[in-house]
Amino acid sequence: MSTPVIEISGVKKVYRMGTTEVFALRGVDLTVNPGELLAVMGSSGSGKSTLMNILGCLDVPTAGSYVLDGVRVDGMSRNDLADLRNRKLGFVFQGFNLLPRTSAVENVELPLLYDRTGRWKNTRELAADALRRVGLGERLEHQPSELSGGQQQRVAIARALVTQPTLLLADEPTGNLDSKTSVEVMALFQALNEQGITVIIVTHETDIAQYAHRVIDVRDGRILKDHAVESPRRAADDVLTMDTDPDAVGTGATKEAA
Amino acid sequence: MKTKSLLLMATGSILKNKMRTMLTMLGIVIGVGAVIVMVAVGNGAQKQIEAQIKNLGTNLIVVTPGSTAAGGASQGAQTFNRLTVADADKIKSDATLLSAVSPVIVTRTQVITGKGNWRTEIDGVSTDYLSIRDWGVTSGDLFTDDDVRAKRKVAVLGATIVKNLFPDSDPVGTQIQLGHVPFTVVGVLAAKGQTSSGVDQDDIVLVPYTTAQDRLSGFTFLGQILASASSPKDMAAAQEEIRGIMRDSHGLGGSPDDFTVRDQTAIAQAATSTTSVMTGLLAAIASISLVVGGIGIMNIMLVSVTERTREIGIRMAVGARGSDVLTQFLVESVVMSLLGGVVGLAIGFGGAAILGHVMGWTTATPLIAVFVAVGFSAAVGVFFGYYPARKAAALDPIQALRYE
Repeated sequence: MSTPVIEISGVKKVYRMGTTEVFALRGVDLTVNPGELLAVMGSSGSGKSTLMNILGCLDVPTAGSYVLDGVRVDGMSRNDLADLRNRKLGFVFQGFNLLPRTSAVENVELPLLYDRTGRWKNTRELAADALRRVGLGERLEHQPSELSGGQQQRVAIARALVTQPTLLLADEPTGNLDSKTSVEVMALFQALNEQGITVIIVTHETDIAQYAHRVIDVRDGRILKDHAVESPRRAADDVLTMDTDPDAVGTGATKEAA
Repeated sequence: MKTKSLLLMATGSILKNKMRTMLTMLGIVIGVGAVIVMVAVGNGAQKQIEAQIKNLGTNLIVVTPGSTAAGGASQGAQTFNRLTVADADKIKSDATLLSAVSPVIVTRTQVITGKGNWRTEIDGVSTDYLSIRDWGVTSGDLFTDDDVRAKRKVAVLGATIVKNLFPDSDPVGTQIQLGHVPFTVVGVLAAKGQTSSGVDQDDIVLVPYTTAQDRLSGFTFLGQILASASSPKDMAAAQEEIRGIMRDSHGLGGSPDDFTVRDQTAIAQAATSTTSVMTGLLAAIASISLVVGGIGIMNIMLVSVTERTREIGIRMAVGARGSDVLTQFLVESVVMSLLGGVVGLAIGFGGAAILGHVMGWTTATPLIAVFVAVGFSAAVGVFFGYYPARKAAALDPIQALRYE
């Protein structure tokens, strides 16, 4: 068995609000192996966002250990965390979080510019390649405001992919999308996962979770259930059957159908 | 991050908000422009005064007759005339710090030619006179030492005389009369213009002082002795030297000086120090607007940091360190203020040129002012951009990403 992508044990996170302490995570153990497509489920307040922030090296646990791809993360400095995010992680957010008034290709290029190892040449070309990979080869110079929701999320996925990260972290990636576009984005995640990328998706929607191979239920700061999905749905197949639905409305659904 | 992509990024985000960038830059533009115009005007005034003083002569020292006391009441300057040619000769032979000495005998008389006549000042001088006054001839030449020794009746005419009596021809070689005495014109002086007090320096005829004593004035005392110090730094010592020689030659012993030694540097220094104080004052007032412009930049950068909180969060999420964000915002404010500085420089030069043209003022901007203005505007960018940039760099990525 190769090194796990993620190995956390006994992770706790306590926030201090005045004199009271809020326990966001009360001891979480989790191991994620390379090539997994994992869904983290939980309602709001369950602690899944905190878990996501810790997994994403945006935050450090109060207690417990976290090893990401063989690197001990807990106790790292702010700068080291930034470098680690740049080298090993790709983020996809609910609100897309693209830079406004900045072209798609410049948005995707951004993480390459913050690289400190000097491993990227022709960053613009690499960014264009990543956009082609998510099917936006024709939209390189478009600004986010000129793209539909689904397209914006694909730009975000391209930005997450461009550094060839060990792990792709998606926080409610379909939260702002209509159901058809959501399935299309899930199809993209599944396709990328099949190419060998480890993907973790945080969601509260069960129909999104059913595309994962493994689902974790988080409640009250603990992992309640951790189970494999027997036969995950194939999003690519679902997209075909949904094509017949002419009433699909929502963010950019009609533009996306083309 | 590479410098090039950093600069591209900064200019990119500056250009994304053109109107705001322009308004922000305006403060720096006006500040730098004002400083340049003020310095140009002040400096021009100083140059003009220096030129006027230089026009009087090179390192000019003037010895004039002193005062005398009658029954305890001082009769004021030049009441006791005891300046002689011998004094002038002694100064010339004994002084070590002087390059030229000339006695000056001043009379006024009528210049008469076949075409007309003109009353003017006749100065009897030696051949050193022109070099002391930093003056030249446009036609012919000054009389020679030989002419002086032989007391020849030769004259050099000022430009105003020539304009009035010889409007169409070169007077060199012609005969004129000074009073009743016939003189031969040997040269014409270059036009020198007016003194700062409005006296026409070209309304003059120069003759050998020996001839003037003999034929025109009829007395032997001198109006003044002009001398030129070898170098500007010797001015004070040269005056002291002249004073010593004069006291010695007049055998004064314990009595006070019966002559006065003056130079133009005192006047020059007073004039230039006044204008340099004015220049400094104007520049100081103008730099206040530069500081105000800097505060404008800080204000906008703070707004910009708040407005772009989410962008900062995104950048941090994809791997930007705090220092990357700090540098980005700092570069933005420096680029903005530098750009404002360069535009202000252009406007300042343009404004100075227009002022010079319209008001007829001499304007001059020293090159150093350019570097100071540009350097100062960059410093303003760093100084006023640092606080907002540090605020941006200290943001928590999670909070920043959630910021609405």
